[in-house]
Amino acid sequence: MSKLLVSTTVNGDPQQFLCDPDTSLLDALREEMDLTGSKEGCGSGDCGACTVVLDGKMVCSCLVLAPEAEGRQVSTIEGVAEGNQLHPIQRQFLEHGALQCGFCTPGFIVASKALLDHNPDPSETEVRYWLAGNLCRCTGYDKIVRAVMDAAAELRQDRRTAA
Amino acid sequence: MNAPENKQQFRLVGTRPVRPDGVEKVTGKAIYGPDHVSPGMLQGAVLRSPHPHARIRGIDTKKAEALAGVKAVVTGQDFPQAADKLVAGAESASNLRWVAQKCMAIGKVFYEGQAVAAVAATSHAVAEAALKLIEVDYEVLPHVIAIEDALAEDAPVLHDDVFTQGLAEKPTKPSNASMRFAIERGDAKAAIAGAAASFTGRFTLQPVHQGYIEPHACVAQWNADGQAQIWCSSQGHFAIRAMTAGILQIDIASVRVHPLEIGGGFGGKTTVYLEPVAMLLSRKAGRPVRLTMKRTDIFRSTGPAPGAVIDITLGAAADGTLVGAEIELKYHGGAFPGANEVYSGVGGAVGHYRVPNASIVGWNVLSNIPTMHAYRAPGAPQINFAVESAMDELAARLGIDPIDLRLKNIVHPGEPSASGVPLGAIGYAEALEAAKAHPHWSSPVAPGQGRGVACGAWGNYGGPSTASVKLGEDGSVLVTEGSPDIGGSRASMAIMAAETLGVAYEKVRVTIADTSSIGFSMVTGGSRTTFATGKAVIQATEGVIEQLKDRAARTWGVDVAAVTWEDGTAVHGDQRLTLAQIAAKTGTTGGPISAEAVVDPHDFLPGFGVHICDTEVDRETGHVLVKRYTVVQDVGRAIHADYVEGQMQGGAVQGIGWALNEAYVYDRSGKLDNAGFLDYRMPVASDMPMIDTVMVEVPNPAHPYGVKGVGEVPIVPPLAAVGNAVSRATGIRMHDLPISPDRVYGLLRAAE
Ligand code: FES
Ligand code: FES
Repeated sequence: MSKLLVSTTVNGDPQQFLCDPDTSLLDALREEMDLTGSKEGCGSGDCGACTVVLDGKMVCSCLVLAPEAEGRQVSTIEGVAEGNQLHPIQRQFLEHGALQCGFCTPGFIVASKALLDHNPDPSETEVRYWLAGNLCRCTGYDKIVRAVMDAAAELRQDRRTAA
Repeated sequence: MNAPENKQQFRLVGTRPVRPDGVEKVTGKAIYGPDHVSPGMLQGAVLRSPHPHARIRGIDTKKAEALAGVKAVVTGQDFPQAADKLVAGAESASNLRWVAQKCMAIGKVFYEGQAVAAVAATSHAVAEAALKLIEVDYEVLPHVIAIEDALAEDAPVLHDDVFTQGLAEKPTKPSNASMRFAIERGDAKAAIAGAAASFTGRFTLQPVHQGYIEPHACVAQWNADGQAQIWCSSQGHFAIRAMTAGILQIDIASVRVHPLEIGGGFGGKTTVYLEPVAMLLSRKAGRPVRLTMKRTDIFRSTGPAPGAVIDITLGAAADGTLVGAEIELKYHGGAFPGANEVYSGVGGAVGHYRVPNASIVGWNVLSNIPTMHAYRAPGAPQINFAVESAMDELAARLGIDPIDLRLKNIVHPGEPSASGVPLGAIGYAEALEAAKAHPHWSSPVAPGQGRGVACGAWGNYGGPSTASVKLGEDGSVLVTEGSPDIGGSRASMAIMAAETLGVAYEKVRVTIADTSSIGFSMVTGGSRTTFATGKAVIQATEGVIEQLKDRAARTWGVDVAAVTWEDGTAVHGDQRLTLAQIAAKTGTTGGPISAEAVVDPHDFLPGFGVHICDTEVDRETGHVLVKRYTVVQDVGRAIHADYVEGQMQGGAVQGIGWALNEAYVYDRSGKLDNAGFLDYRMPVASDMPMIDTVMVEVPNPAHPYGVKGVGEVPIVPPLAAVGNAVSRATGIRMHDLPISPDRVYGLLRAAE
């Protein structure tokens, strides 16, 4: 099987890698680009630990083939903070103790950011249903939901101040 | 959120600072089990049995070995002859003969998914391709899955050298009942016969999985000189070392295990499945080898918690006083003997109540499923479901408020525990009173809903831990420990060290060191870490304080006994030297300052929780929705309040999942039918309400900051709390878990 050369953009940076046609985007990120922040919990689309944003759409990167990233924009957990400046969602996760083991956390943060990017004022129910594709076995979701709600409020406040 | 009142005016204990490993974990930088890379690393893959029970007549690996890129193939024949040998390190001693077979079948397979061969190759694709070239010649044997089936006269017996332990006379025939354990006191039968009210019922549960999201993974490197390194995530890298070295018959000192961040364990990551296999592959290949489990393999081959069949009769006097308990519990043991859930099931059954007459008999029953492994309060939730359901029935029959019934019977400090030892400063009554006073309990039950309550205890644990505390030249503080951080324990250690030393939380940095860099520490499990490792950290910190006082005394030319340590400063009369000032001078006052402490405390105290649950039952579909949930728990004292609440919430939700959805489903051929997160349905965010928490603080006087374990208790009461809520909502007693829509639908239709 000959390898395919894929040119894509990850967190704003151009990336090129070689992969087998059946390599998942998750494996390409983790193995070819050393971006191990995206996790594999199941490899079947059931846990959300591998969540990334592909051309503005939230996807399970374990279900996307790496060659599909050709010419597209991929955003991963590694791109959520700006340099050393944490995103409000990341900070609220820390302040709420919304992670225990932290293995699910990158997926939750990427998914939460995708939510707040298109719905700045979600209800608790909207947060819970949006995040229903992300499994967390440690926290019981309480502190995660509170962190996302508070991050949303903070971002709304920021926007008002900026306006 | 209920911040504890800071009764003793601690500076840091009970606060909620950001955890030291937090930024790495929210930015994706933290390195977990599947993330570690060693230079030149090969990718491994494991071939697993499609049969639940079979003899291996032979394995032909020649074609696989010949495939380009394959560097090593191992089978059970590569494992050293494993005799019976016990190793400590985990929550109980493990017999290496069985642990080895959880890593690789040796001659016989005992469950679907048991490893039979493994390959290391230059890529994952090559390794997977090589697996397909391995030919295993199986002689398929009859299998058995369910507890009652395994006990039947004509059941296939798994091991011809396993005889029931714990019988008065040594049996003459091997049996799937590998162990009997009983507690008998008074005359339970007579007491129940004379009781004003009694309840008799049979309760059943299916095996469930711990469900950690991080797969098991490791990298092993075993060099030609016999020295080895392993990088893996586990709840205890010293246990990984002990088992790996024991199975492979090499020196402990030759194996260095590096702890990576762990993505959840809940008891399930206190043993080896992959490490010895990766080691053998590495030795053959001469290169480091990575093995990672697929989710289906995690379900099929790693430790679930036991299913159970429980027969119970409880009897009470008219005023609610319990007079007798007769209980027989049968727990799944899995493929190999050694599961110890039966001990805690029997010991903890009515351990939180005064019951003068009790006959509690437990059986560990082997069948063709993976060997049971610890899952949060191992063995307790199953029996608690039966006991607390029976208590609910007694309360209804006697017309007594369910919390009052429990208050009437609960054990108090000074009264004997299940093992007969008098209990210390337990907070059972305080927790029940707090639950009773909670607005949730007094609020009206919404129409169409049912409210359930249940309580439960867990003994907690202490055990060996090592910690060292070193001073930086600038007065900052380095804590080194050997207990993996599974839910924020670095933060708790930093809080305790900083509190003791009188410095800022941010001045203390905590490292979890590898097995060659710090002394032995038992696994993070049994709710022991903040208690026991915390004690080690505090003791080492006190050792550092002694040295700091000594340096100050020498500087001043006074007797060290005249120097005190106050808020991070040595004090003698009006002379003062801050920690930073002393640290800056260590070069001329006797050298660097550090201290190590090794502890093995056994003055831990049990934890206790009371859970209140409101459920709504959809009578058309049988679907149960949890509408409101409150967890009240005696936590001793919370060191980091967020992570104590987090344990309470997370444990409760795992218990709710166990009650409502989770179960291993085997098909008739003995294969697991739902080996994935889609069909093994764990709770998701949209299933749950907020989980309200109340931390009741009855400190443990044997710990400097009053710590009791908090992690395990919260999974004990939810099964019955949910069951009782659904029973009250429907008027039908829930005897069988999970309380899934199809089951509820069937019960509702049958009752019409
Ligand atoms: S790893 Fe992609 S959804 Fe679980
Ligand atoms: S914090 Fe462990 S799985 Fe979510």
